[in-house]
Amino acid sequence: MELKESILELIRQAAVDLSPDVEKVLTDAYALEDESSPAKNVFGTILENVKMARENSTPICQDTGSLIFYIDFPEGEPEKKYREAIAAAAEEATKLQYLRPNAVDSITGKNSGNNIGINAPYFHFYQWEKNEVRIRLMLKGGGSENVGIQYKLPHPPLEAGRDLKGVRKLIIDAVVKAQGLGCAPGVIGVGIGGDRVTSFALSKEQFFRKIGQRNPVKELAGLETELYKDLNKLSIGPMGFGGKTTVLDVFIDAQHRHPATFFVSISYTCWAFRRKTMAIKNGEVSYD
Amino acid sequence: MIKLKTPISEEDIRKLKVGDTVSLSGIIVTGRDQAHKLMVEEKPDFIRDVLKESVIYHCGPVVKKHEDGTWSFVSAGPTTSMREEPFQADVVCEYNLRGVIGKGGMGAKTAEGLKKCGAVYFHAVGGAGTLIANAVKKVVTVHKLEEFGTPEAFWVIEVEDFPLVVTMDAHNSSIHQEILEKSQKIAEEIM
Repeated sequence: MELKESILELIRQAAVDLSPDVEKVLTDAYALEDESSPAKNVFGTILENVKMARENSTPICQDTGSLIFYIDFPEGEPEKKYREAIAAAAEEATKLQYLRPNAVDSITGKNSGNNIGINAPYFHFYQWEKNEVRIRLMLKGGGSENVGIQYKLPHPPLEAGRDLKGVRKLIIDAVVKAQGLGCAPGVIGVGIGGDRVTSFALSKEQFFRKIGQRNPVKELAGLETELYKDLNKLSIGPMGFGGKTTVLDVFIDAQHRHPATFFVSISYTCWAFRRKTMAIKNGEVSYD
Repeated sequence: MIKLKTPISEEDIRKLKVGDTVSLSGIIVTGRDQAHKLMVEEKPDFIRDVLKESVIYHCGPVVKKHEDGTWSFVSAGPTTSMREEPFQADVVCEYNLRGVIGKGGMGAKTAEGLKKCGAVYFHAVGGAGTLIANAVKKVVTVHKLEEFGTPEAFWVIEVEDFPLVVTMDAHNSSIHQEILEKSQKIAEEIM
């Protein structure tokens, strides 16, 4: 299959279907809620919608997000090949209503109509030594992106200092503040350290983990498990109607920082957690 | 489940209470950030008749244009309502709206407007784009499509059995305020 066609299928799958790990955790959350509670009804609607979108091949959510691509490709290949194929696929996907036109000129307010613009789609390129290609796509909705937040430690209003205890307080604060804005239950991605840019970048890249996949660093894995339990005690529930599930998972990672800075960046994705990976190996294309 | 059809009387709207589930039918209109700004700053008349005693829906749909020039909705869940907080109360009163559909709820200024002018806030399930598009039976017309783009245009649509929950009523009650206060208290405890 031509590269553009394979990427079009990647976009289609990301927009119209959830990964099995996400659908499973939503099904578990439905089972957990009390009969005929508002939370149970919301989860019921969510699951019915997911099924319907898959069967009709139409977007799960009308906000098909910003297109963020992470491309690992063999040494010696030109980036241009991927940029051009992705742009063509995004344009075609918009025509086919897999995507809503979501690229707006920040000066004139004009929507480009085809999802193409300056840094739209956005690319992260990594060359690797393998003779394989991996293209990962995240469709990041605007509502959930708006609740992303970057703090710096120390943060006196919460008495949060420069340690993991301080980080924990910030994450709880961010989830309380996100209610009513991002569609709960969400998935939380956290980047500790780095500069302002790499801190947010790290928080977002966490979203390619599978639900339940813990950080290999023991301290961070422990914090993830603890926060998953504590954040669900907040009882914000699906859509903020109250309920037992407020977050679907928490992913945290850390990187080195400048001695004077301590950034903690928190990204949020709504329950319509759309990310897909495409691999090209020996000419064969597969999706996960 | 309470069945309502637009146009809705002020009396019927004031009967609704927080927590009521509603199935809405009739003609409604989508409007987001640019539409609300326009309605407050320029108060245009082209949308006045259709909004009277009807409902505005915070939604930027995915749409399909057919060969005969007609449109249909492909995916059409609610967007975050809080962005319209500076405008909503004025829009409700100026255009005699009976309701607002969105997600996440709205603030004190909107709550006052709902009480004063007789309207409620209906919550739709965020992200349920395909399911809600199935309740949209017809696209009647569209305004400002070229100028605002697909998500921001005024889409005049006919809906049938659109499932909603009243989360802010015309008596200043709000589920959102209640859950916010509870969760803030729990947050303090677990910190």
